[in-house]
Amino acid sequence: MNIITLIKQVPDTTDIKTDPKTGNLIREGIESIINPDDRHAIEVAVSLKEKYKGKSIVVSMGPPQAIDAISEAIGMGIDEGILLADRNFGGADTWATSFTLGKAIEKINAYDLILCGRQAIDGDTAQIGPQVAEFLGLPQLTYVMDIEEVDDRRIIVKRGLGNGYERVESPLPALITVIGELNKPRYPRVDLLINACKENARITLWNAADLKVSVQEIGLSGSLTRVIKTFSPKVKREGEMLKGDKGEAVGQLIERLAGNYLI
Amino acid sequence: MAIFIDYDLCTGCKRCEKICPYNGIEVKDGKAVVNERCTSCGVCIDNCPENAISSDIKEKEVPDFRDRKGIWVFAEQADGVMAKVTKELLGLGQSLAKDLNQELSAVLLGNNVGHLIEELQKYGAQRVYLAQHELLSVYQTNPYTKVISEIILHNKPSIFIIGATPIGRDLAPRISMRLNLGLTADCTELSIDQEDGLLLQTRPAFGGNLMATIKTAYSRPQMATVRPGVMESKKIGTSSNCEVIHVDSSLTKEDVVTRVLEFVGEKKKVVSLNDAKVIVAGGRGVGSEEGLKPLFELAEALGAEVAGTRIVIEEGWLPVERQVGQTGQTVRPELYVACGISGAIQHRAGMLGSRYVIAINKDERAPIFEAADWGIVGDLHEVVPTLTNAILNRKGK
Ligand SMILES: Cc1cc2nc3c(=O)[nH]c(=O)nc-3n(C[C@H](O)[C@H](O)[C@H](O)COP(=O)(O)OP(=O)(O)OC[C@H]3O[C@@H](n4cnc5c(N)ncnc54)[C@H](O)[C@@H]3O)c2cc1C
Ligand SMILES: Nc1ncnc2c1ncn2[C@@H]1O[C@H](COP(=O)(O)O)[C@@H](O)[C@H]1O
Repeated sequence: MNIITLIKQVPDTTDIKTDPKTGNLIREGIESIINPDDRHAIEVAVSLKEKYKGKSIVVSMGPPQAIDAISEAIGMGIDEGILLADRNFGGADTWATSFTLGKAIEKINAYDLILCGRQAIDGDTAQIGPQVAEFLGLPQLTYVMDIEEVDDRRIIVKRGLGNGYERVESPLPALITVIGELNKPRYPRVDLLINACKENARITLWNAADLKVSVQEIGLSGSLTRVIKTFSPKVKREGEMLKGDKGEAVGQLIERLAGNYLI
Repeated sequence: MAIFIDYDLCTGCKRCEKICPYNGIEVKDGKAVVNERCTSCGVCIDNCPENAISSDIKEKEVPDFRDRKGIWVFAEQADGVMAKVTKELLGLGQSLAKDLNQELSAVLLGNNVGHLIEELQKYGAQRVYLAQHELLSVYQTNPYTKVISEIILHNKPSIFIIGATPIGRDLAPRISMRLNLGLTADCTELSIDQEDGLLLQTRPAFGGNLMATIKTAYSRPQMATVRPGVMESKKIGTSSNCEVIHVDSSLTKEDVVTRVLEFVGEKKKVVSLNDAKVIVAGGRGVGSEEGLKPLFELAEALGAEVAGTRIVIEEGWLPVERQVGQTGQTVRPELYVACGISGAIQHRAGMLGSRYVIAINKDERAPIFEAADWGIVGDLHEVVPTLTNAILNRKGK
């Protein structure tokens, strides 16, 4: 079974702090990580490969440093990585990203299953998976929380839907997007990681010409949405601190609650 | 593609540095410098007060869209019951329709769902596109995408909004790629730009640390998914009519690729956080599953639902549908009691709409106090039981 996993390198947004005075983001020293959901997707790819043989490839679109994310995936047991890196891919919205990833997958051609994370923590859109599936004309299964059965022709999964789950069967090839409940991603193995960082590591770089796409279709030029402004969210309230020991403080709180008809 | 700075004009005001979503431009020695993180997104160009920033990006041509009219909402339903978000979308749609002086329509798919038309009308729909077919009885990606894409192609709306629910987020991107439409995810605010009449779509990004306003000028309909629980529904008088347009969906079995084998609902029927009037929420500060006990007791006394931060969910102290925040639920209760919660932006993103907020935390500098109306500094394991007793005593009187 040949499996392609789409992974993205993202800033670790749990680390992002805002400057209390200006409300601006403090971005110094933020680490880049593999998008959390995507690690679960890699785990699926590696464990399926252990069971069914075949080839596992990760594809990522991003700046040159995204190669670290690919190396880590290889460290986890993925066979090969492809980095789509071209200045002209920059500024892409989800449509242009999915188009570019779709073209890369068409070029790879041989696949039975495509895996994505449900969403990336920087963009938080959860749009890439379904858009890539549509581009390739594949069935999609989103929010996959469990893979019950899979063979070379079909897959049965559980989809987590908030108010319960759905069991769905789909023919292969298909695209699935996974959520964290699915599995526990393994840590990279040191020997594999070292290999991944060697010069002959199986990592290929593709640019726009390799994908035979025109500049008008990719990156910012290909994007159908435009960010026109960004700003810090408003979060402040007039917090009144209730003083005294816990009995006094609670007493004041009771007064406030009763005064506002809350109790 | 590149961004250029005119150093004669640049005053080093740092506006661009602050506004760049990618940290791709920095002021060094009093002048802006573009670095390798720049994605040429162009946000800085529009925001430079000195017009010192330019680029060689050719602005895409905007096609003539004058024939595109109407605000559409996707009427999500399951088993013939309207999703709450549908009413919220109609509430939002009413104000967009008013601003643009256009009609508000709902797109309703299903099987035996005609009875929902009246409800759609009550919440503001002036027209309903109704597609009924047995292959549409439960939501499935392919048939829904096919039918809706066809309705859009034939009727050319200007705006199409969909709830950012599991169904909406499965469906919307699929339509966007099929019809080559820009799509903005999970918006928390939508309005009309008075100057050009375009839809302004505002959403949180970077884990809620930043808000971004987005336009989709190059394609129609302008499409966005909207976060549930954020918009308000508005009933209208019953006097106005509602036109129903029956859509013939020429679906065949081949259009359905996947097969739903079964749906397993949650066993316990609890009030969803969305509907809760009072919420008692716990964070890492509760310390353990056992530590939630006083919160459940307070909730009992207040008639509240219990919720938690992501950490509480990850630790397995509460089930996943009890998570409030960026990746959890957006709630807007009358009262939100935050116990042992630091108030990380991702958590606050989900509870900002609460009418009143109480924070109990032992660290007086915890940011949750900034998002609270009343704060008590102290150990929740002592404060919460004291509060519960005080409430019970009062009720006893
Ligand atoms: C993309 C993204 C999405 C996210 N989405 C969400 C989301 O949807 N929801 C969410 O909640 N989080 C979300 N997070 C995580 C979020 O950033 C925080 O990590 C999380 O909300 C913090 O939870 P907490 O307040 O329980 O824990 P902490 O930040 O560890 O805070 C615990 C607080 O408890 C106080 N405390 C400890 N002991 C006591 C005691 N005995 N009595 C009183 N106070 C005490 C401490 O002073 C501290 O302030 C997200 C993060 C990312 C990156
Ligand atoms: N630039 C990218 N390169 C490769 N995969 C991506 C990229 N962006 C998003 N993805 C994949 O799409 C998923 C959803 O991302 P998003 O739609 O941005 O929330 C991620 O979890 C990845 O699997």
